[in-house]
Amino acid sequence: MDAVFSGLASGFQVALDPFNLFLVLGGCFAGTLIGALPGIGPINGVAILLPIAYGLGFPPESAIILLAGIYYGAEYGGRISSILLNVPGDAGAVMTTLDGNPMARNGEAGKALSLSAVASFVGGTFAVVLMSFFGPALASYAIHFSPSDYVALMVFAFASLASLVGSNPVKTLLAALMGLMLASIGIDANTGVARYTFGIPDLLAGIDFLVVVIGLFGMAELITLVEKQATGTLKTLKIDKSFVTLKDIAFVKWTILRGSVIGFFIGILPGTGASVASAVAYGAEKRSASDSSKFGEGDMRGLAAPEAANNAAAGGAMVPMLTLGIPGSGTTAILLGALMLFNVTPGPLMFEQRPEIAWGLIASMYIGNIALLIINLPLVGLFARMLTIPQQFLTPLIAVLAFIGVYSVVSNPHDLYMITLLGVFGWFLRKLQFSLAPVILGFVLGGLFEDNLRRALSISNGDYTILVESMNSVVLYALAVLVVVAPLVIARRRKKMRDEADHGETA
Amino acid sequence: MTFAKTALALLFASVAVAPAAAQEVDRPECVAPAKPGGGFDLTCRIAQQGLEKQFDGPMQVTFMPGGIGAVAINLFNTTRTDDPNAIVAFSSGSLLNMATGKYGEWGANDVRFLATAGTDYGAVIVRADSQYQTLGDLMADLEKDPGSVVMGAGGSVGSQDWMKAAILMKADNLDARKMRYVAFDGGGDAIAGLLGGSIKVYFGDVGEMVSHLDTGEMRILAVMSDERLPEPFSEISTAKEAGYDASWPIVRGFYMGKNVSDAAYEEWVKAFNAAYATDEWAALVKDKGLLPLDLSGQEMDADMKSRVERMTGIAKEAGLIE
Repeated sequence: MDAVFSGLASGFQVALDPFNLFLVLGGCFAGTLIGALPGIGPINGVAILLPIAYGLGFPPESAIILLAGIYYGAEYGGRISSILLNVPGDAGAVMTTLDGNPMARNGEAGKALSLSAVASFVGGTFAVVLMSFFGPALASYAIHFSPSDYVALMVFAFASLASLVGSNPVKTLLAALMGLMLASIGIDANTGVARYTFGIPDLLAGIDFLVVVIGLFGMAELITLVEKQATGTLKTLKIDKSFVTLKDIAFVKWTILRGSVIGFFIGILPGTGASVASAVAYGAEKRSASDSSKFGEGDMRGLAAPEAANNAAAGGAMVPMLTLGIPGSGTTAILLGALMLFNVTPGPLMFEQRPEIAWGLIASMYIGNIALLIINLPLVGLFARMLTIPQQFLTPLIAVLAFIGVYSVVSNPHDLYMITLLGVFGWFLRKLQFSLAPVILGFVLGGLFEDNLRRALSISNGDYTILVESMNSVVLYALAVLVVVAPLVIARRRKKMRDEADHGETA
Repeated sequence: MTFAKTALALLFASVAVAPAAAQEVDRPECVAPAKPGGGFDLTCRIAQQGLEKQFDGPMQVTFMPGGIGAVAINLFNTTRTDDPNAIVAFSSGSLLNMATGKYGEWGANDVRFLATAGTDYGAVIVRADSQYQTLGDLMADLEKDPGSVVMGAGGSVGSQDWMKAAILMKADNLDARKMRYVAFDGGGDAIAGLLGGSIKVYFGDVGEMVSHLDTGEMRILAVMSDERLPEPFSEISTAKEAGYDASWPIVRGFYMGKNVSDAAYEEWVKAFNAAYATDEWAALVKDKGLLPLDLSGQEMDADMKSRVERMTGIAKEAGLIE
C-alpha cells in the first residue's frame, strides 16, 4: 500500500507540473468538444490527434497525458450529442440515447446533461481509485477470464437486454438478428474464409463499429428530421434551464454505483469495452427496477446507469494496458501504440522503468475527472442551447460533421457510402417501427459472442462442456437466468398480493 | 440526399487532388495502411525520422486503413500509380495477402518494392511454468497427437500468425490442418490467453517479447530465424538448431506505385542507402523494436517477390488456396 501512495505522490508531481496540468485541462476540454461532435468518439478523437501529439515533440509523459485527457474528455462529451441530437458518437454512447434523448425532448436537456456529467464523474473516479490500489490483482483476474467465460458474459448481456424487448418482441428480436448478420461480414477468424464480402476488399475486415453507429443511428435520425421538416411536423424545442438537483442525485445514487461497478469490471476485460458495459448496466438497471415502465421515455435511471458504466469502463480498460501491456479496448489499443511510438513499452515493467509515465498518467486521470466535472457543469446551459439552432442549419451541420468524422480516421470513401446506405436502411427500419438499439447491440455482442464461442470450442476440440467448466461462467449463467426470471416472479407475487388485498377489501 | 451527394463529391474532390506527376520527390509522404498507433505507423515513423536528412521538406505520414491494406494497394493501382512522392508501408502480412489473393486482383507484380525498414522473427512462446522446456518437448507431443496441444496467436486461420504454426508443423511433416489453433483478436488478447492458461503455446514475434522477457512470465522456446539473433535474444536457440526447418522472418518495408518513373524510384533508393549507412538508422530501427535488415532497389524487389512465391507454396500445401 505504501508503494501505491508513494507512486501516486510522484505521479501527482508529474501531473501537477504546470505544463502537464495545462495539457490535462486542454486535453479534457478538447476531448469534450470532440466527443460532443456527432460522429467522432474517443477512438477516432485519439487516433486523429495522436499524429499531432507525436509531431509536437513533447516528452512522452506529457504527450500520453494529453492523449489520455482527450480520451477521457471524449468519453464525457460523447453523451452530449446522444442526449441532445439522438446521434451517438460511438458504440459506447448508444445506450445513453435511450433515455437521455427523451429527457431532452421533454424539456429536461439541462437536467439530463448535468446528471450525466455527475454519473460520468462518479463512474470515472471509481475506476481510477480501484485501478490505483488493486491494478495488478485486477489484471490477473482479467486474464484468467477465458473464452468460455466471455461466452457466458455475452449470454448474460443478451439476457439483461431482454428488457429492451418493447411492445413488439418479434421486431426487437428481428432487429437484434440484423445486428448479428452485420457482425458476420468479413474474414472469419476460424477458417480464414471471407463471409458476405461480395469480392469487395473494403469489407474484408468487416464493418467498423463506428460506421454502423453513425450510419444506422446518426444518418437515420437526420433523414427522419429532414422528413419531419418537409412534412411540417417538426416540433421546436424551447430553451430549458433545468438542472440536476441533489434530490435527483439521491434518487439515482445506487443506480450510479451499480453502473460504476458493472462498467469497471467489464471494462478491465480485454476485448470488451464501454459498449458492452453500458448495455449490461442499462439492461440490469431496467430489469431490477421495481417500476420500469418509464424506461425509454426519459427515466433518470436509464440515463445514469449507462453513463456511469461507460466512463468506469474507460478507466477499467486502462488496467490491462498499464499492468500487462494488453489493450482492453479499441481506444487503449491506440494509446498503447502511442506509447510504443515514444519508445515506451507498456507492461508490468513500466512502473519500474518509467514510473513518471505510469503514475503520471494515473494521477492525471484523477485530475482529469475533477476537471471534466468542473468544465462540464457550467457548459450545460451553453450546450443545451444547441437545440435552439433552427433545424435547417443544424441538420446539414451534423451531416457534414458525421461525414468528416468518419472520413478523417479511415480516409476511405467506401465508408461514406456505407453510412449513407445504412442511414437509409435505418430510416426504413424506423418507419417500420423497429427500434435501432437492438441492431447495434446485436452487432457488438454478436461479434464477441461468436469469436469467443469458436475460440472456446477450438480449445476444447469441439466439446461443449467447456462452456460450463469454470466458476466464472456458471455464476454468469445463473445471473442470466435470474435476470430473466426474477422480474416475472416479482411481478406475479405483486399481482397476487394486490389481488389478496382487493379481496380483503371486498370481503 | 442531394446534400449527401454534394458532401461526397466535395470529399472526393479533396482526395482526387493528389500530388500530380512532378518528376522528383518534393513532398515525401509515407502512407500507413492502418489506423494510427499500429505496426504500419511505426514503419512509417522509421522512414520519417530516418530519412529526415535526405529530403528538403519534412516527410508526412498519412493513414489509410481498410481491408488489411487492400484499400491502399487499390488506390496505388488505380489513381496514384505514378506518384513519385509517396511510399506505402507493408509487412510480411501484406506479402501473404498478395500470395493468397486477399488483395483481389492485385499481387506482388502490381507494386514496386522499394526498401526495407527492418525485420522481426516469429517466436514460439510458452508460459514460464510450462511443461515444455525445449522445442523438441513440444514437437514430441505434437507428433503423438497433432491435436493435443492448444496453440494460438493473434490472427485468423490463414494469417501470418497462423502461418508460423503451420510451417512449424510442416517442418515436422505434420498436417497443419489437424492442429488445434485458437484465433485471437490481436497479439495482446493472445498473450492474455497464454498467461490466463487458455492456450499452451503462443506464436508471437520476437520484437514484442523484449518487455516481457525480463518479467519472467513467459519463455521463448525457439526463434524462427535461420541464425541466432543479436542481444538480448542471443541465448535463445533457433528452430533450425532443434532440427526443424521453420523460419518465419517478418519483414517491414515500403513499396511504391508500379508506374513510378525510374528517376523518382532511384532517388528514393539513394535516400534509403544513404540512411542505411548511418549509426542513427541502426539506433532508430532498434528503438522501434526491429532487427536490422537493409535491402533496397532491385535486389529488394526481387527478394520480396521470391518471398511471396514461397508463401504461395506454403499456402497451397496448407490448403488455403488452390
